[in-house]
Amino acid sequence: MVKKDILKHELVPDHVVLKKNQITKVLKDMGVHPEQLPKIKLDDPVVKAIGAKKGDIIKITRKSQTAGRFISYRLVLG
Amino acid sequence: MTGIIKKIAQINFGLLSPENIRKMSVTKIVTPDTYDEDGYPIEAGLMDPRLGVIDPGLRCRSCGSKGGDCQGHFGHINLARPVIHVGFADTIHKILRSTCRNCGRILLTDREILDYKEKIDNFLRNEENITNVLKEIYNLARKDDCPHCHQSETVRDNSEKLMEKFEDLVKEIEGSGLKVDSKIVEQIEKSFETLQTVLEEQLTSSLRIRELESQYDISMDKTNLLQVLDTIKNKKDEGLSTIDGRNLKKKAMANYVEIVDELLKLLDSEIHDFQNKMDSQTLKTVEKFLEEISTVFEKIDEKNQVKLGTFHKYLNEYEKTLKKFLETLKKFEDAKIELLVKAEATRRTEDDIIRHIAELEFEGSDEEVTHIKDLTENLVKEIEKSREKEIKEDIKIDKPVSLVEGNYKLTPSEVRDWLEKIPEDDYFLVGINPEIAKPEWMVLTVLPVPPVTVRPSITLETGERSEDDLTHKLVDILRINQRLKENMEAGAPQLIVEDLWELLQYHVTTYFDNEASGVPPARHRSGRPLKTLAQRLKGKEGRFRSNLSGKRVNFSARTVISPDPNISINEVGVPEMIAIEVTVPVYVTEWNIEQMKKHIENGSKIHPGANYVIRPDERKIRVYDETKESILEKLEPGYVVERHLMDGDIVLFNRQPSLHRMSMMAHEVKVLPHKTFRLNLCVCPPYNADFDGDEMNMHVFQTEESRAEAKSLMRVQEHILSPRFGGPIIGGIHDHISGGYLLTRAGSVFKEEDVFQMVKKSQLPMPEPKNRDWTGKEIFSLLLPDDLNMVYKAEICRKCDECLREECKNDAYVVIEKGELMMGAIDEKAFGAFSGKILDSVVKEYGTDHARQFLDSATKLAISGIMKRGFTTSTADEEIPREAKDRIEELLNNAEKRVEQLIEAYHNEELEALPGRSLRETLEMKIMQVLGEARDKSGEIAESYFGMDNHAVIMALTGARGSMLNLTQIAACVGQQSVRGGRIERGYRNRTLPHFQEGELGAKASGFVQSSYKSGLDPLEFFFHAMGGREGLVDTAIRTAQSGYMQRRLVNALQDLNVNEDGTVRDNRGVVIQTRYGEDGIDPAKSDFGKVADIDRIIEEMRIKAKADK
Repeated sequence: MVKKDILKHELVPDHVVLKKNQITKVLKDMGVHPEQLPKIKLDDPVVKAIGAKKGDIIKITRKSQTAGRFISYRLVLG
Repeated sequence: MTGIIKKIAQINFGLLSPENIRKMSVTKIVTPDTYDEDGYPIEAGLMDPRLGVIDPGLRCRSCGSKGGDCQGHFGHINLARPVIHVGFADTIHKILRSTCRNCGRILLTDREILDYKEKIDNFLRNEENITNVLKEIYNLARKDDCPHCHQSETVRDNSEKLMEKFEDLVKEIEGSGLKVDSKIVEQIEKSFETLQTVLEEQLTSSLRIRELESQYDISMDKTNLLQVLDTIKNKKDEGLSTIDGRNLKKKAMANYVEIVDELLKLLDSEIHDFQNKMDSQTLKTVEKFLEEISTVFEKIDEKNQVKLGTFHKYLNEYEKTLKKFLETLKKFEDAKIELLVKAEATRRTEDDIIRHIAELEFEGSDEEVTHIKDLTENLVKEIEKSREKEIKEDIKIDKPVSLVEGNYKLTPSEVRDWLEKIPEDDYFLVGINPEIAKPEWMVLTVLPVPPVTVRPSITLETGERSEDDLTHKLVDILRINQRLKENMEAGAPQLIVEDLWELLQYHVTTYFDNEASGVPPARHRSGRPLKTLAQRLKGKEGRFRSNLSGKRVNFSARTVISPDPNISINEVGVPEMIAIEVTVPVYVTEWNIEQMKKHIENGSKIHPGANYVIRPDERKIRVYDETKESILEKLEPGYVVERHLMDGDIVLFNRQPSLHRMSMMAHEVKVLPHKTFRLNLCVCPPYNADFDGDEMNMHVFQTEESRAEAKSLMRVQEHILSPRFGGPIIGGIHDHISGGYLLTRAGSVFKEEDVFQMVKKSQLPMPEPKNRDWTGKEIFSLLLPDDLNMVYKAEICRKCDECLREECKNDAYVVIEKGELMMGAIDEKAFGAFSGKILDSVVKEYGTDHARQFLDSATKLAISGIMKRGFTTSTADEEIPREAKDRIEELLNNAEKRVEQLIEAYHNEELEALPGRSLRETLEMKIMQVLGEARDKSGEIAESYFGMDNHAVIMALTGARGSMLNLTQIAACVGQQSVRGGRIERGYRNRTLPHFQEGELGAKASGFVQSSYKSGLDPLEFFFHAMGGREGLVDTAIRTAQSGYMQRRLVNALQDLNVNEDGTVRDNRGVVIQTRYGEDGIDPAKSDFGKVADIDRIIEEMRIKAKADK
């Protein structure tokens, strides 16, 4: 089976695992607990591809019809 | 118990266990009677005082609280025999079907059980719905024999019993002194012995099969597996031969890699198939093997070196396991054949026994012979029965509560016994949570009796008591229960007991659900079907939809609506009749006490009056002519007066269906005579209201907070801009638009006295006299803010290829400079609902207060304008001269001829198909095109005779009402009628109507209407027109239903979301749905028709401003 790098697909937005200090900043800015963030499954193909672990927070930068570029965050579920 | 408020932490849905029913019961109910002769409730009867009280005077015997405070207590009835609960009949059926009647285990193999348990665990952990898994289990658990208990064992036990019986028989014969052929008896004895050994063997082989089965799932195809094994071997050999020892030349390597690649692919797909079916040990080996292969493979790529040894070692191992598997498969098959042989042998021996028994002959007295004959016959019957039992009968459900196995109807007791047998480990697999319920609780042994508060009896005026339907039903149950118990105790015949049992089942069934299919509904003495438990909850009039989701409210009114162009858009005309009925509570203070006294003096019948006065001790006193005086005396600050609705009060106004937030807006009251709600025409679009009999609702706010909130958030003027598209949804309609156009179009001038009249009427400040005639544009400019600059193209714009801008001939290029309408006519694009640009600008730039004034004045001005000139329309507006009619007819005839030519070309196969279309489709498209063009052309001809002095045309072009298409259809040609998006084809065989030839394709034959509405349609045209019209009607009906349902689901999904102060969208738990509303944080109502800003428009405005400043 030929493996493709799904991260390069045009429909897959940019996923980045946040670092510790970034996490605290993001959570503080939004005023939320990690549990209140939208979730993403650990077996999500992108999560597997970027090697995120349970409890990580992923920053997703996608194209937006209204805003041009839009950033959202997701918590990786076990 | 008063005043105790409990907080509900969670709700568990489960089944009531018999113990729980007894535990929550305060008394056992035995007597089917309710009251004795004196009217006192009978102890242990259905109205037992311990079940709670309703009369406010009495105290409850169970909890001691007064009537009204006591919520009632349950009782219980011990059922003489168990009955099935209707609501669970289906579930019971499903469970019985998928469990073993012998051992109660679920009919799945151990492996399947493990798999599904894991799956269910997984689903539950993720809070996913397990119904689909359960469905899968129910479908799978339909095996003929149970994998957990061995039916052969029971067969063997049976045969032992038979043997004993036979021995008894022999003894009896010997004791009786009858003469029997001892040879035959011996033979039978021998047969029995063989039977036992054969059965023993049958059992061992079936056990063996089971053992093998538990190792592997044997259901896979053997030949396929053999093939795979073969290919693997071949490929391996091939690969080895290419490599030829340790010769690792590049070419050989490449070849080898290719072969291994193929091999891998093959294995990949095959192993996938097998994975599920092999035992874990084999699986592990295979997985390890695959892993190893891939690592070896990587190395091939990397270093061009092969660890052939390891690779082949694993390949060999894999081969070995597969072979082992094959062996077991073979063993399994052998065992199966053996089992079949054994089973056959059993059958034969049994046949032998039966035959031999038949051969038995007895000599002796008749009496004894018949006795022995009976015994032997019995034996034969038993043998046959035991054989039958081997075939498992499917359990069917005979709605609503009968469970039938073959021909035998299971009694509820048997069902209960069966359900009890199911081990707790299997509960999850049949969809039951063992912590909450047990399957046997679905068969009732105890029936809870609801408290009297649930089924209150009514005392009629005659003093007669009338009982609730539920009480009637419970009386029936008790009566039959009692009879059943007595009959059983008296040892009545089975038949009678069964009949009564059935009757009890019927009563309990209808007590729960009186509309269960297959059961005649229980009826009241009057013949009315009883409303039992399910009927109380179900459907539109049920507890949920009628009482819990829907509520009736006080301080509301509903009546027909009608228009009033003289009131503001913020106002609503309220009939006096309503105003004196619904009230506003006003706190009496020293500042308003005089006013309130006036209201009370007026009483409840004269308009600005008052209906009630609430004293500081919260006692409510109705204002009557007689009580007025005393109330007035006592009135002081601290009282609350419920006064009539008055001008300026804020009320909520609503029209169903309430599809968007503009369906409920706050209006100011204007009390008016007559009986309808009056509303300004501009608010028709948001409510989607017209005056053909529409009714609307009004609600009066009862607190200052609600009034304040409604005034700042819900007032009509706050909703001029719709969040749907960022433009005005409230604006001028119909005559407002035509009026605006007539007022402002080029060449429209008014005498100054007329102008002042109109200005006064529009509540605008009086302008300086000009001492000359005014142009309409000058009058309209009075409305505009002094610093307004804008440019836009009006609705009447003809969309010329090249815009002449300021030189526009149609006066469609609107320019406003510093609040002066320099050029262009006012029409829908100016202040119409949905598209008014000026209105849009005014709201956004000058605020909603200004916008409301603008809209009120503009519409009034437009109406004055239209009234100065007069405006009417009739079919005379669609009149076109003779020559035009001739031209149109010629055009249409030509088109019809062209269609004929196309059809001829089609028949002669001269037509060329368009890409991607068949010849027939091409023809259809071309015909549609020709006829469409013809209709348009005929319309254009008619249009050329219409001028801007034509009222119908004014309405169509300014966007007031109607379209040019409507006009040309009336004047020139109606055009093609369509059903299902194409020309009409349906009707008779290969033709639409019997007036045509079969297969006729011409214009007239497929629904082209050449006539105009004005000239009239011929019968055929009329028929086709009706076809198209009907389709449109049906479509709209279906569309509204569908979109309504979609909207409901969407609203249910989104109703708890809100936008927080920080711009995030969150649900009610605070979970973030969107980190920024709409991703850009824009409120669409405040956007520029959906966009953040229209740069082009702003630049254009700046340009105008700069020009004007110069």
